[in-house]
Formats: sequence, C-alpha cells, structure tokens
Amino acid sequence: MAAERKTKLSKNLLRMKFMQRGLDSETKKQLEEEEKKIISEEHWYLDLPELKEKESFIIEEQSFLLCEDLLYGRMSFRGFNPEVEKLMLQMNAKHKAEEVEDETVELDVSDEEMARRYETLVGTIGKKFARKRDHASYEEDENGDIKPIKAKKMFLKPQD
Amino acid sequence: MAEPVSVAAEYLAGSRARAARTVLGQVVLPGEELLLPEQEDAEGPGGAGERPLSLNAGARSRVRVVCGPGLRRCGDRLLVTKCGRLRHKEPGSGCGGGVYWVDSQQKRYVPVKGDHVIGIVTAKSGDIFKVDVGGSEPASLSYLSFEGATKRNRPNVQVGDLIYGQFVVANKDMEPEMVCIDSCGRANGMGVIGQDGLLFKVTLGLIRKLLAPDCEIIQEVGKLYPLEIVFGMNGRIWVKAKTIQQTLILANILEACEHMTSDQRKQIFSRLAES
Repeated sequence: MAAERKTKLSKNLLRMKFMQRGLDSETKKQLEEEEKKIISEEHWYLDLPELKEKESFIIEEQSFLLCEDLLYGRMSFRGFNPEVEKLMLQMNAKHKAEEVEDETVELDVSDEEMARRYETLVGTIGKKFARKRDHASYEEDENGDIKPIKAKKMFLKPQD
Repeated sequence: MAEPVSVAAEYLAGSRARAARTVLGQVVLPGEELLLPEQEDAEGPGGAGERPLSLNAGARSRVRVVCGPGLRRCGDRLLVTKCGRLRHKEPGSGCGGGVYWVDSQQKRYVPVKGDHVIGIVTAKSGDIFKVDVGGSEPASLSYLSFEGATKRNRPNVQVGDLIYGQFVVANKDMEPEMVCIDSCGRANGMGVIGQDGLLFKVTLGLIRKLLAPDCEIIQEVGKLYPLEIVFGMNGRIWVKAKTIQQTLILANILEACEHMTSDQRKQIFSRLAES
C-alpha cells in the first residue's frame, strides 16, 4: 500500500541543493528561471525616467592653500631659533622648487675620481687576501705603485 | 566709494548673473551668481533671460575650475556665499581653469583639512588629547601622531601646552582630527611649541596677509631684533623674543598693523629702530 503511493515532497524541499544533483540540466534551468521570475516580481522599483548624471567640472575646495601661495607658518629671525631657520629655508625652497621643475642631479664625486680611487683600492684589498707566496707579486716600487708580475720560477727537469 | 553702491543697485534691480571675469577684484555679495567664461558665449551680449544652451555647448571641452572659499557650485554657475572681493588665480601647470575665491574677513575659524593651526591642549583622555583650536569642537590628537612616538615612548605633552599641527579630518559632520606629523612621518616643525612667549588672537585675513610671499611687514619686523613667530591659520599667533618688553612690542605691532597704512607703519618702525 505504501509502495503504491509516492510520497509527495514539497516544492521547497525539491529546490534544495541535494535534491537537484540528480536532475538534468534542463530541468535545473527551468527551475532557476521560475525562481528568478518570482524574485523579480516581488522587487520594488521606482517608476521614474532615467536621470543622466552630469559630469561636474567645478570642484569645491574650502582651503586657502590652493588659492594663495602662503609661506610656512613658523618663522625665526636673526638666529633666535636655528632649527626653525633651517626649516624655513627647506619649506620655502620646496615651495619654490615646485614652480621651477628644473632639477639636475648633481654628482658629489665625478666618475673619473671614482675610477682612480677604485684602481688603488683593488691593489690594497688584493694584498690582504693574497697568500704568502703571492706577496712577491705585490711588491711595491719606490713610488708605491705595484711592480709588474715577474714570471714564476718553476722546477726545470734536467735534460739528461 | 561709488563701487559698492552701484553693485548694490544692480543687485536689487533684479539679479542677473554676471560673468566672473568682469567682476574680478570687485565686491560681491552673497546670493549672486557668476558665470564662468565658457557660459558667457552661450548667454550672448543681451541675454538677460534663461535662454537654453544650444546643442553645440556640449561639444565644447570643459575645463576644470576650482571654486574656493566663499563660493559654491550651483548647477553650472558659481554662487557667492560670503561678501568680499572676488579673486582669481591662473593655473600654474596648465591643467584646469584656475581657482576662483572670495577674499573675505572674519574672526571665527572653521576647521579645514590641511590647515596648520596652533591649538591649546585642554584634556588628556586615554590615548588622545583634546585640543582647542577655536572651532565649534575641540579637535582630537592621538599620542601616536608625533614624530618618533610609539606605544612605549609617549610624547611629553601636558594640559595647557601649545601644539602646532595640521588637520587630517575636518568637515561639518565629524569631530576634527589633527596630527603633528606629515605623510612621510616627519615632524617638519610641528609638535609642542616651546616655553615662554605670548599667544594672541587676530583676524583670519591678517594671517593670510602676513603669510603672503611678499609681505613687507614681516621683513621689517625681522630686522628689529632676534625673535620667533608661529602663525596658526585659526587666527592665533605666538611670538617670542629675548625680553618680555620686546615680546609685547612685537605683539602690539602685529595686532595694530591690520589697520595702519604703510606710511604709519614705517614711522613706527623707524621710531622703534631709534630707541
């Protein structure tokens, strides 16, 4: 008796995920569409014509900083507060530098000087890591320049 | 003084929007509407009415204009909200149509983001200080917003100290917040202002006049004797000199120079230089 009648399952139960795994894709789509219809009919909407958003080209600012170029607020005169005087130069120079965009990066040390320094450095550091036997190649002249490397003396096999 | 009279008469006669360009440097009253340069062409020479803009107007490229203090945006026009003289500044780097603002005078300060102000610490509650800046509410200042401050290393700030800082949050809906540090984390002169000295109040217009790049008053004052001045955009000035008398002289000069002509000022300075 019980096997004849199929248990009737409610709609909500059928809509649950685990019940839909066995369904075909078509039936799934149909169910989804039905759901969407129900939802969209329930949603409220305003029955107004579309308002176009105007792109405003006027920007409102309440600050005087944009309007007038004002100096930095802390000032010191005739050396009363040296730190503040340094700050004054810094801040007011920054303010002027923004107007004049003409900055060239100045090198502290020129390239030639760097090359010369490195040349001498290589010798002195090299000496530090050379073994005792190689110290001969680092002997210095009267001028302090490193002498050219002489040919190493190797064992010569006597020719009978 | 025929200028303001004619302006008032025109205004009462039936407010017609004027072109901002023609009004530069003149007195404007609240409620006036100003046309920006692009709209003048559309209105035409005799256009007193509300002629609708032709379709070509949309094709013209719009230039961004900044409306500063004293002005508000009203549709496509500028609406004046304070009485004063209309000023204009051309854009420096070429982008945008410049800045328009109204040069007005007032004593009451309204906090604005980015302004450097002098505040007085009124209370210390938990992790923040309450600082009175002369606005409608005391501003809040966190103890971490000082250079080199950490949770363990707290800044040495007491109630009654003077603070020079800038606003990071300042609008009509929220409590203003200030910091004594810039975006890179450096103090740049902000923080607690040192001992002694005198704090007094002046009008906001005077502060802007004194901080202008070519201000003669400051140059002349600097030649008198060694001194230090801090200007706050909220109308407060702090001065310090070697003796109390010199400090007081300086304070009196700065307060009085608002209403003096340049001749009177020069007389006073020469008298001071003698004594």
